[in-house]
Amino acid sequence: MSAVWISVIVVGLATIAIKAAGPLLLARRSPPPRAQAALEHLAPALLAALVVTQALGGPDGGFAVDARLAGLAAGAAALLLRAPLLVVITAAAVTAALVRLVG
Amino acid sequence: MARRTVRRLPDAQAPEPGRTYLDGVRAAAPIGVAALAFGVSFGVLARAAGMGRVAPVVMSVTTFAGSAQFAVASILGAGGGLVTAIVAAVLLNLRYGPIGLSAATAFEGPWWRRVLTAQMIVDESWAVAQRDDGRIDRHLLIGAGLLLLVCWTAGTAIGAFAGDLVADPESLGLDAAFPALFLALLWPQVRERSRLLAALGGAAIALVLMPFTGPGVPIVAASLACLIGARRQP
Repeated sequence: MSAVWISVIVVGLATIAIKAAGPLLLARRSPPPRAQAALEHLAPALLAALVVTQALGGPDGGFAVDARLAGLAAGAAALLLRAPLLVVITAAAVTAALVRLVG
Repeated sequence: MARRTVRRLPDAQAPEPGRTYLDGVRAAAPIGVAALAFGVSFGVLARAAGMGRVAPVVMSVTTFAGSAQFAVASILGAGGGLVTAIVAAVLLNLRYGPIGLSAATAFEGPWWRRVLTAQMIVDESWAVAQRDDGRIDRHLLIGAGLLLLVCWTAGTAIGAFAGDLVADPESLGLDAAFPALFLALLWPQVRERSRLLAALGGAAIALVLMPFTGPGVPIVAASLACLIGARRQP
């Protein structure tokens, strides 16, 4: 079997298992209150890490500052103006595209 | 596009009024456009990297996680070796461990149904399925996940079979749509002080680790910031 298909199958099976692990581990029982409180703080911690890594992450790790940051700033400005989600992400994309066009 | 309503829930057990699968599809629709475009670029890149036409499409259905798939294609294409490609992809996808845990209480039914439903988790579907109390709405997750799966896979097929016809998503600024999406979904959650602290902690951990680790590790490590919640439990 070729390296391509081995990687497709192994990565696919590993990802399916990783995604299923949490829902299987916590099947039919509620975690204790302190663990539940921690779980409810997992989303903001992960979302914030996704903002940082998606806005600043380089292709091979490390930082890369580029038009994404201008786009994120435009999205944040739209959020402060209480714009709906569609407007927020459109503002980010259009701003980044314009910065690339000019830059 | 259904705008997320910001409301204060009196306690974490309060039920969310009925959201449907269609609400999930609607919530993910704008980001579906970006997923389609990036699917096209994955298809193009994977084919150029020697993965052929069918394997990238199979990978988009089964792995269904953009960053890991891009990593495999670029490592194999650069002659980086099978083991390197697999390790990089698994590291990138380890974040779905804590993400799956945070979504776990939303799942119901027998084990096989949990396993199937869990496959609808990607960063964006999980993000749009957030309720303001930090839990996950299962209907939103499944609706959003299915739409994104269709867009991502269709994009991959277009890229792998007819890739020369399509514009580069980065020139359209679509890569900037993702951090803005996550910021917008984080926004209503951090009105509460302890969740704001968890968000700041997660961002700080990711920033500190990014120069030193491969991609993927900073997000997994950032999940430790959720312990702020356990400490503050009365």
